Amino acid sequence: MSKRAFVGLCFLPLAVLVAAFFVLPMVRLVLVGASGQDGLRAYAAILLDPRYRATLFNTVALAAATTAATLIIATISGLFLQRHRFPGHALLVAMLTFPLAFPGVVVGFMIILLAGRQGLLGDLTLHLFGSKRVFAYSLQGLFLGYLYFSIPRVILTIMAAVEKLDPSLEEVARTLGAGPWRVVRDVILPALTPAFIASGAIAFATAMGAFGTAFTLATDVDVLPMLIYTEFTLSANIALAAALSVGLGLVTWAILALARSYGGTSIAAAG
Amino acid sequence: MIARSSGNADGHGVAVSAENCAKTFADGTQALGSVTLDVERGETVVLLGPSGCGKTTLLRIIAGLEHPDAGGRVLFNKTDVTRVPIERRNVGMVFQSYALFPNMNVAENIGYGLKIRGVNGAERGARVAELVALTGIEGLEHRRIDQLSGGQRQRVALARAVAVRPSVLLLDEPLTALDAALRERLRGELNRLLRTLGITTIYVTHDQSEAMALGDHIVVMRKGAIAQIGTPRDIYFAPASRFVAEFVGAANIVEAEYRDGSLVFPGGKLAATAAGDGKGKEPVVVMIRPESIKIVPADGAALCGQVEAVSFVGDRQRAAIGGVAAKAIMVDAPNSLPLKTGDRVGLAVDPGAVRLLPGDSQ
Amino acid sequence: MRDRLIFAAQFAFTLLVAAFLIVPAVLSMLAGVTLNYFRGIQSGLTLQWVVQVWELYSETIFRSFLIAITTLAVTLIVGIPAAYALHLRSDRLSRAIEEVITLPLAIPGLALALALLLSYGGFSDFRRSWLFILAGHSVFTLPFMVRSVMAMFGAIDVKTLDEGAASLGAPPWRRFRDVIVPNAAPGILAGSLMVVTLSLGEFNLTWMLHTPLTKTLPVGLADSYASMRLEVASAYTLVFFVMIIPLLVAMQTFARYRGNPAALPR
Repeated sequence: MSKRAFVGLCFLPLAVLVAAFFVLPMVRLVLVGASGQDGLRAYAAILLDPRYRATLFNTVALAAATTAATLIIATISGLFLQRHRFPGHALLVAMLTFPLAFPGVVVGFMIILLAGRQGLLGDLTLHLFGSKRVFAYSLQGLFLGYLYFSIPRVILTIMAAVEKLDPSLEEVARTLGAGPWRVVRDVILPALTPAFIASGAIAFATAMGAFGTAFTLATDVDVLPMLIYTEFTLSANIALAAALSVGLGLVTWAILALARSYGGTSIAAAG
Repeated sequence: MIARSSGNADGHGVAVSAENCAKTFADGTQALGSVTLDVERGETVVLLGPSGCGKTTLLRIIAGLEHPDAGGRVLFNKTDVTRVPIERRNVGMVFQSYALFPNMNVAENIGYGLKIRGVNGAERGARVAELVALTGIEGLEHRRIDQLSGGQRQRVALARAVAVRPSVLLLDEPLTALDAALRERLRGELNRLLRTLGITTIYVTHDQSEAMALGDHIVVMRKGAIAQIGTPRDIYFAPASRFVAEFVGAANIVEAEYRDGSLVFPGGKLAATAAGDGKGKEPVVVMIRPESIKIVPADGAALCGQVEAVSFVGDRQRAAIGGVAAKAIMVDAPNSLPLKTGDRVGLAVDPGAVRLLPGDSQ
Repeated sequence: MRDRLIFAAQFAFTLLVAAFLIVPAVLSMLAGVTLNYFRGIQSGLTLQWVVQVWELYSETIFRSFLIAITTLAVTLIVGIPAAYALHLRSDRLSRAIEEVITLPLAIPGLALALALLLSYGGFSDFRRSWLFILAGHSVFTLPFMVRSVMAMFGAIDVKTLDEGAASLGAPPWRRFRDVIVPNAAPGILAGSLMVVTLSLGEFNLTWMLHTPLTKTLPVGLADSYASMRLEVASAYTLVFFVMIIPLLVAMQTFARYRGNPAALPR
C-alpha cells in the first residue's frame, strides 16, 4: 500500500469518531439553539434577558475573582517552591498538585468538609468565637471551591515557567543595585507575564464552565452551567439550554484560543 | 564520466541518472532548478556546496524520499524509477542524524533491512557479523544506541545501509555531526570502505576537503544548480567560476590587464600562458592559489610587494602581500622563512598555476 | 535576616495553601473509617462504612473501570495512527484537524453532553447503555492521547526514523509496527495514564449522559453527597482516592521521562 493510502487509513478511525460524536452533535446543538420560539434571538437572550444577564455576570465575576486570586497565590507559592529546596519539598509539591484529578463534585465535598455544617472551620470558630461559621453553601464557599480546583493547575504551569527563567537577568539586576522586591517587580513578573496570561486564561475558562462544584454545593448563587442544567432537565427548555451552551462554549473557546496564542498547552477544562 | 580504476575496477551497483530534476516545495521555496546528473556504476560522486544549494534535495530525489517536479526523471541502469517508492529502490542511506532505531540494539539495527527482505536468522547473523568486522565495531553488537559514541553510531549507520547490498549508497553529510579530529580519522576509514565495496555512491557534504578525499567526481552546487562537475584535480586547478574557485580552497582572485602576452598588475607583470583566451587590453579575472606563489627576494622579481600581515599556522605561514594587486595577495610560505610586516618581497608564480576565470564570474 | 523572614513568610504561606488543599482530603479519608464523624476519632475506627459503600455502589466502581479501560482502548486505536498521520503531514489541514480534536476540551462538558443527547437521545438502546458514556469519554480524552503521542514523535524525530526504515525496504505498516510505535511507547504510556485518570474522574459530561442503570463512580459520589451520611460519603471518596492516587503517582514519575527517552528505566 502506498504511503499516502496508509496515511489516509490512519485518519479513518479518527474521522469516524470525531464526526459521529462531536462534529455532528455540535452542529445539531447550534441548530437546536436557534429552533426555539425565539429563534436566533435565543442566542442574544443571554445578554438581553435580565435574569440571564445576572447569571452571566455572576459567572464572569466569580471566574475573574478566582483567576486573580489563583494567580497571586500560585505565583507566591510557585516562585518559592521552584527557587528553594528543602527536605519535604517533593511532598509539598505533591500535596499542592494532587487535587488536579478531582472532579468538581469531590471539590464540592472538600469544601463541605471544611466549611459545612459539620465542617472543620465551623468547629474552629465555635471554639474560638463561640459561634459556628458555616459558609460552604454561600458565595464564599463557591469561591473557595473554585480556588480549590484552580490552584493545582495554575501552580504547575507557573512552576514550569519559573524553571525556564533566565537567572542571569536577575543577577544583572542585582549587580545594578535592585533589592529583592525590585527584582521581582521589574524582572521576574514581566518575564512571567506570558505564563500568567496562558494559565490565567485556562483558569478563567475552566471556572466559567465548571459544573460539578456548583452542583454539589447547591448554592442559590446561579452560575451559567447550573442555569443550563436546570433549563434542560427541570424546565425542558431545550432550545434555550442549547443556545446558552453554545454561547458558553464560544466564550470558553475564545479565551482558550487566546491562551494558546501565548504558547501554553492547555490542561483540561474540568471541574 | 570514467570510473576511476582501483582495485575494484569492475564496480558494483547501478548507474544512476537524474534527468531534469527540479524541486519546488509546497511553501514556494525552489530548492533545485532543473539539474541533470549521470553517475557511472561503481563510482563515488560527491555533491558539494554550501547549505541551501540543493545537494540534499537532489540526494533525496535520487533516494525516492522526494518526487522531482514534473518532467524530472530518475533512472537506475536506464530503468525509470521515478515513481518507485524508496522502500523498493534497494538503496542504502546514511542520514545526517544516522536515524538508528532506539528500540533495537546494534545487531538488530544492522540486520533490519535483511529481516524485511525475509533473510532467515542464521544468514542474517552471519551477514551482520561480516559488517561488524568490516566497520570495526566488534563487541558492540548488543549495545543499545544511546550507549554509543558519535563515531560508533556513524559506523553502525553505515553497516546497516550496506548490509542489504544496495544498488546505490547514499550518504547525507555522514561526518558533519562529529568533531573535527574524529571526522578526519573516520574520513580515511570511510574512504577505504567505499573503495573496498565499490558500490555506486553519492555523497553529500559542504566540506571541501572531504569531497576531495572521497570523490571520483565532484559536483559543485550552488543555489539549486550545478556550478561545475569534474575530478578533484579539475575542480581545484581549473575552477569554472569564481564561486567554485573560492569554495574549494583558498584563492586569490584578482583583476589584471592582459597586454602583449603578459598579465599586468600594479606590482609587476606575469607571463601568461594560453590557458585563457585573452584578447586586447580588457581587464581579466585570474585565480592563483596561495600555495602556487613563492616568496623570493625583491630584486629582480617580476612581481613586488610589501608584507602586510603574517600568520604562523604551524606547518606553514600565511602572508598577506600588498601592493601587488588591488587587494592583498595571500601567499603560503614555508614556516621557517623569516618574514615580518613591512618587508619588501618578490613573488614568483608558475604561469601554469594562473587560471583565467570566465568573464563575469560570480 | 530579611531574607530569612521572607523565606519564612513564603514557606508559611505555601504551607497554608497546601493545608487548604490537603486537610479536607485527609479529613474525608479519616471520616470514611471513623465510626462517628461528629464525635471524631475517639469514637473508633471501622470499616463498616467502606463495606456499606461496596454494597451500595460496587456496580459504579466496576462500571467506571470498564468505561475507563474501553475509553483507553478507543483512544489508542483512534489516537496513535491519527497522531502519526498528523505528525507526518504537518500541513495546514492537519493543524485544522488538531484544532477540531482539541475543541472538546474548550467546550464545557455540559454543552458536549447536551449535544450528544440531542443527537442520539432517540436511539434508546444506545442512549441507555454504558456505550453512550463511552462515546462522550472517548471524544473528551482523545486530544490528550494524540497530543502526548505527537510530543513523543517530535522528541524522537520520528520522521527520520521512518525514512530510515523505509530506506531499508520496510513498507508503511511494517515501519509503524517495528519502529514508530515501540519508540513512541513512553508518550503512549503517558497518554494512557492521562486518559484513564480523566475517565475515572469525569463528571460534567457523565452526569448528563447517565441513567440510573449506567452510573459511574463520580455520579455515585454526587448521589452520596446529597443523600448519604457523611461517613458513607467519605468512605466512598476514600475508595475514589485509592483508585486515583497510584495513577497520579505514575503520571508524575512519567513526566520526568517524557522528552528524554534515554532516562527511562530498563
